[in-house]
Amino acid sequence: MVKAGLTIGGGIAGIQSALDLADQGYKVYLVEKNPSIGGKMAQLDKTFPTLDCAACIMTPKMVDAGRHPNIRLLAYSEVQDVEKDGGIFKVEILRKPRYVDETKCTGCGVCAQHCPIEVRNEFDEGLGVRKAIYVPFPQAVPLIYTIDKDSCIDCALCEKMCQANAIDRQQRPEQVGVEVGAIIVSTGFELFDTLKKEEYSYGMSPNVITGLALERLLSASGPTGGRIVRPSDGKIPLKVAFVQCVGSRDEKSGNLYCSRVCCMYATKEAILLKEHVSDIDVTIFYMDIRAYGKGFEEFYQRAKQEFGVKYIRGRVAEIIEDPKTRNLSLIAENTETGEIIEHQADMVVLSAGLVSSTNDNLKKTLPIPIGDDRFFASSNPKSDPVKTVLEGVFIAGGAEGPKDIPDAVVQASAASMKASIFMRE
Amino acid sequence: MGFRDQALSDKGLWLCTTCSTCVNRCPRDVNPMGILISLRSLLVENGQVPTTLRDALEGVYKYGNPWGIDRSKRSDWSKELKVKHVSQDKKVDLLYFVGCASSYDPRAQEVSRSLVTNLNALGIDFSILGNNENCCGNEIYSIGEKGLFDILVEDNLTLFDQYSINKIVTTSPHCFNAFKNRYGRNDLVVQHYTQYLADLIDRGTVKFSKKLQKVVTFQDPCYLGKHNNIYDEPRKIIENIPGVRFSELPMSKGRSVCCEGGGGRMWVDIPGERAAENRVRDAVRMGAEILAVACPFCLLTFEDAVKTTGNEGLVQVMDINELVTMAGVVHS
Repeated sequence: MVKAGLTIGGGIAGIQSALDLADQGYKVYLVEKNPSIGGKMAQLDKTFPTLDCAACIMTPKMVDAGRHPNIRLLAYSEVQDVEKDGGIFKVEILRKPRYVDETKCTGCGVCAQHCPIEVRNEFDEGLGVRKAIYVPFPQAVPLIYTIDKDSCIDCALCEKMCQANAIDRQQRPEQVGVEVGAIIVSTGFELFDTLKKEEYSYGMSPNVITGLALERLLSASGPTGGRIVRPSDGKIPLKVAFVQCVGSRDEKSGNLYCSRVCCMYATKEAILLKEHVSDIDVTIFYMDIRAYGKGFEEFYQRAKQEFGVKYIRGRVAEIIEDPKTRNLSLIAENTETGEIIEHQADMVVLSAGLVSSTNDNLKKTLPIPIGDDRFFASSNPKSDPVKTVLEGVFIAGGAEGPKDIPDAVVQASAASMKASIFMRE
Repeated sequence: MGFRDQALSDKGLWLCTTCSTCVNRCPRDVNPMGILISLRSLLVENGQVPTTLRDALEGVYKYGNPWGIDRSKRSDWSKELKVKHVSQDKKVDLLYFVGCASSYDPRAQEVSRSLVTNLNALGIDFSILGNNENCCGNEIYSIGEKGLFDILVEDNLTLFDQYSINKIVTTSPHCFNAFKNRYGRNDLVVQHYTQYLADLIDRGTVKFSKKLQKVVTFQDPCYLGKHNNIYDEPRKIIENIPGVRFSELPMSKGRSVCCEGGGGRMWVDIPGERAAENRVRDAVRMGAEILAVACPFCLLTFEDAVKTTGNEGLVQVMDINELVTMAGVVHS
C-alpha cells in the first residue's frame, strides 16, 4: 500500500481532510482547479451563527495546507485520469499553465499593477475587476500570479516589470503522475444558476444580486471595501429584500432538496446589513425557516428581535424593475394572512441554492454513483457516510450534498480518518 | 373540502386567461390552471356561465364557431385566393387549419389571406377544409365545457381521418395547442405557422425581395410560448426580414404578459385596467413602430388597445404573416 493520499478540491473540506491526513504522517497531494485554494468559504464575509470572520478561520488553514511538509499543493491543476492497479491509484494530473514560473514568482504584484487589462473578477462574483495577470484575492495560497490568456493581449508589460523574471509566456501545460493509496473527493458545489428563474429578473436588473455577491459587498476586503452599495448607481440601499429557495425545493428546477444553508446565510447577511447601514429595512421572503443546527434557532430569533429583520412567509412570484429608478417591486402572497403584497425594494438578494458541481470529466474518471440530487452518493448514508462504493475513494463536503461549514469540516475529518484506516490495512 | 360553494361563487373564476404562467412557475407542480378549469367545469354543469360566454358556447355547438355565424360562410375569406379544398387530392401534404377567428373576424381574415399569399409565393402545396372546418375547441376546454370539447375532438378527428394528412399548420396558437396537447393523438403532426416558416428559413428556401425599415417588437402568444415553449421561431422570422430592427418588450418570452384574449376572455368583458393597454404603451415608449403578433386574439385585443390608449398612428399591430407578405417573400 502506498502511504499517500489525494484530495481533489481545495475548499474548506479539501483543506481540512488534507491537513488531517498529512498530520497523521501521510503524504497528501491536494489538487485545486483554481489558481488558489480556499473555495467558496474564502468568498464569505462572516459565518453563521456566530458571526465569526470567515477569512480569520480560513486563512490560517490555507497557509497551513500550503506549507505543510507532507502536503504537495497542486493548484491550478485538474485530475485527468485515475487508474487502479492493485491497491494503487495511478493518477494523472494536468497542471494548467499559469504563464508564471511558480518557483520564481514572489507574489509582489508589480505585474498586476502594470497590466492594462481589467476584467470582471470571478472571486467578487462579477462586482469588482481584476487584471489579466492576477491572484484571485490577496490571501491566495499559493501566492503566485496567473495570466488569464483569454483576456491577455500579450503586451508583455508584466514581463518587463517583473524583477524576478518569473513571467513565462511560453509555458506549456504539464502532466504530473502520482501514485496514492486513497482518494478524497471534495469538489464542492456550485450556486444554482439564478438566470434560470427569469421571473426574478437576475441578469436583467442590476440590483438583483445573489447572496454570494452580497458577501463580497459586505466583506471589508471586497470590491467596495465593505460599503453596501447597489450595483445600478452606487447608492446605499435602504430597503433590501431577500428571496429564499431560489432553485431549492423546486420541481421546476429539478432540485427537490433543501439547500440547508440559505435560511441561515440570508439571516446572517440580513444582520450584517443592519450592522453596516443604519435605518436599513430588511425583509426576507421565505417558505419555511429551517433553523435546525446548533445555535441556529437562537440566531434566527436574534435577527427578528434584536435586529428587527422582517420575515414574510410567501414565495415571491415575480420581481419587476422600474426602468427609471431601477427599484424593484416584489409580488408575493403573504401566506400567513392570505394577502397579495407588492413589496418595494432598492435591492433584492436571491438566496440561490446549492447544486452539484459539473466536472463531467471527473465523474467519468471516478465513477462514484450519483444520487437523484446529482451529488455524489455515499455507500451508506447512515453507517458509512464518507465512504463510496469505490474502494479507497471517500467523499467530503459539498460534493456529497449541500451542507454548512461545520458539517463539511466534520465530514472532511471523518473522510481523512477513513482513508487513513484504509491505507493502514 | 367544504369550500365548494365559496370557490364556485368567486367571480375571479372567469378572470383567468389560462396563460399558464402559474403552471410554469409552481415550485410544486400543482397546475393551478388545471384546477381552475375544473372549477369552471362545475359552473358550466350548473349552467352558471356569463351570458356572453353562453352565447359563444352555443355558437360553437350549433355553428362550429363561437361567433355563431353560419357554417356556409366559413371559407368566404378565401374566395379570391388560390386555395385547394382538402378533398381535391388523395394525399394531403399540408393542411392549413384556419381557425374560427381567422375565418370570421374581418381583421383576422386579412391574416389568413396573408398566410395563403405567403404559402403560394413560396410554392407550397397545401389545402384547407373550407366550410367543413370546425372549431378546434381549445377555448371551449379552457372555459370548462369539457363535454362540448369531447364532441369537437371526435368530430374533428373523424374529419381529419377522412383524408390522408401529412401535416397540419395553424394560424392560431390556440388551435395548435389543442391539436398538440389536448386531442390525445400523438400521430397528428401539427405546427404553428411560425414554426413552419422558421423551418423553411433554416432550409434556405425563403427570400425577401423588399426591405422593411421598421422598428419591430413582438408579443409572445401564451399558447405558443408559455404553453409550448416556442420562443425562437417567431423571432427568427422577424429578424430575417431585411431592414427590420427588432427589440424586445420589457417583459418577454417566459415573462410575457397575456393580451387577455385567451381562456374564454375574448367573450367576457371585465372592467378595469387592461394588460393589452399597458403592453401597447410599453411598445410605444420603446419606439416600436410595429407590434408584431402571431395569434388572432393578440391581434384583436391589441388593435383595440391601440385605439383606447390613443396611440393610433404611433404603433401598428400586425401579424408576422403580414410582415412576411410586406417584405415580398419569394421562394429561393
